[in-house]
Amino acid sequence: MADGTTAVTAPALRGIAQPARRGGLQRFARRRSTLAFVMCLPLFLLIAGLVVYPFFYSIYLSMLNREMTRFVGLFNYLYLLSSGTFHLVIFQSCLFAITAVFFKALIGFILAHVMHNISGRDQRIWRGLLLIPWVIPPALSTLGYWWMVSGDYSAINWILQLFGLHPVAWLANTWTARMWIIIVNVWFGTPFFMIMYLATLKSVPEQLYEAAAIDGATGLQKIRYISLPMLRNIIGITVLFSLIVTFANFDIVEILTAGAPANTTHVFATYAFQVGINSGNIPMGAAVSLFIFPILAVFSIFILRGIGRRTQEAI
Amino acid sequence: MSGATLAAGHAPARRGRRPSLARERRWALWGSYIALVFFAIGFLIPPYFQLVTALKTSQEIGSGKDPWFTHHPYLGNFIGIIENPQFQTFFLNSAKITLFVVAVTIVISVLAAYALARMRFFGSQAFATGVFLTYLVPESLLFIPLFKVLSILHLINSVWALALIWPTLSVPFCTWIMIGYFSSIPKELDEAAMIDGASHLQMLWKIFIPVALPGIIAATIFAFTVCWGDFLYPLAFLFTSNQMVLTAGIVSTLIHGDVLDWGHIMAANVLASAPPIIIYAFLMDYYIAGLTAGATKG
Repeated sequence: MADGTTAVTAPALRGIAQPARRGGLQRFARRRSTLAFVMCLPLFLLIAGLVVYPFFYSIYLSMLNREMTRFVGLFNYLYLLSSGTFHLVIFQSCLFAITAVFFKALIGFILAHVMHNISGRDQRIWRGLLLIPWVIPPALSTLGYWWMVSGDYSAINWILQLFGLHPVAWLANTWTARMWIIIVNVWFGTPFFMIMYLATLKSVPEQLYEAAAIDGATGLQKIRYISLPMLRNIIGITVLFSLIVTFANFDIVEILTAGAPANTTHVFATYAFQVGINSGNIPMGAAVSLFIFPILAVFSIFILRGIGRRTQEAI
Repeated sequence: MSGATLAAGHAPARRGRRPSLARERRWALWGSYIALVFFAIGFLIPPYFQLVTALKTSQEIGSGKDPWFTHHPYLGNFIGIIENPQFQTFFLNSAKITLFVVAVTIVISVLAAYALARMRFFGSQAFATGVFLTYLVPESLLFIPLFKVLSILHLINSVWALALIWPTLSVPFCTWIMIGYFSSIPKELDEAAMIDGASHLQMLWKIFIPVALPGIIAATIFAFTVCWGDFLYPLAFLFTSNQMVLTAGIVSTLIHGDVLDWGHIMAANVLASAPPIIIYAFLMDYYIAGLTAGATKG
């Protein structure tokens, strides 16, 4: 990603060098920019037609009444903000995203360090094993989880009974259902954090740790005073990025609980799906999913800033 | 005691410390392996559980005996699901549309990335940033307006709707990866080619694409994984089983069909997860290199 921003900032430098070197090639330059425009056109049309336009169309849709015949302004938003169910959706989305991202980052950080301790070929094998959750399509692995935890005779309850405990209706109770949603998301997302942190750890000079070891630093002190400062930027970027993705998560909640019990596990995406597609209230559904936008907007500004800082460090 | 070491001078102190460093390192190594085994077991339990369930007869699944182990692996579920015409349709639809989208993605993103990395034009900087921002836009923000757009285009419940929509998931990040790879190619290379009279398209075809091939492979794997695993768009836009793809098909149709038991569904799950796992088993290094392209440079 940092490379990309290098590319973005580089033209300014090239602009100074170029007129001096080939001043007489203005026509070539003009042809070149036409060609560049043509090469970017498919991408531009794709983004304009299927991302930017639908986004504004969504804002328009969210201001119509249910039958989409009348303009009702902010009615849908006000209705949502006053509905108890939607308060639950907001609460659950925040709880889910913050808890899940925290554990993903924490376990990813630990695993990256653990992985960094072991040497080359072994590391490749372990890395391959630990990446598997992230490679399987999440919808499919969530279905496996569903079969593993749902019902009185689930595989998890079988283990509980092995220890003489009572079976738990994991997905029928609000808090255990929320817990499993978070577990599945952490299971799926941790490998991403692990490889990002591991790649960054590899670029931290080994001498820093050696110097600290000679000065008698403990393992925790090395992490506190070397790893954390060196990884600070990438931690910021991955956490913000994952917060966006997790806030907008659909697959796991939809398959594991579909909002049950009593709408207490709905997140923005699944609630928007239920309202907009299942119940056919497209304007209200559009309004629900647009609540993701403020989070996206704020976090992506910080991500861009973080990437910019990385690029400057690299230069 | 500290007084004694001080009195003895520096040499013994240093000799005392060296083995302790080595011992500390050995402990760290052991601790690391223990932690890795622990996490690897935790991470692999769910896929293992799916595989075990897929290897059981429906009587064994229903009997309530040990769900975590089977003494008589049974391949009937796999045979049954491979012969199931619905599953075949899902698989073919997934393969067809995913391969189409991957090809389209690579063409669009290589062309655009070359232009954005090497050719300066009005607004190119803002556009590259915009491409990255598009990558951050989640699909759950757009599926409702896209549903309306597709119904205007009469593409609702057509698997080709995904061929139109999936590039929005894959193209932005692939372009971003390719911009990174292209701008890491030394400028001297294209200057030399330009002096030899190569056009931009020749340069792209003869220099950039061969040199940035690892990046193209990473982009291909990314595009494939994203499309193959997508669940929300097919679930929202497709209804009938002849138009379904694997993810949404297994979750909605096979379960609601009531005909199939969990052995079959888990066998379908395992078979549907196999292509990404196989691809990544062979090309893992490209995959990771593409993903961490930013992280390793910083």
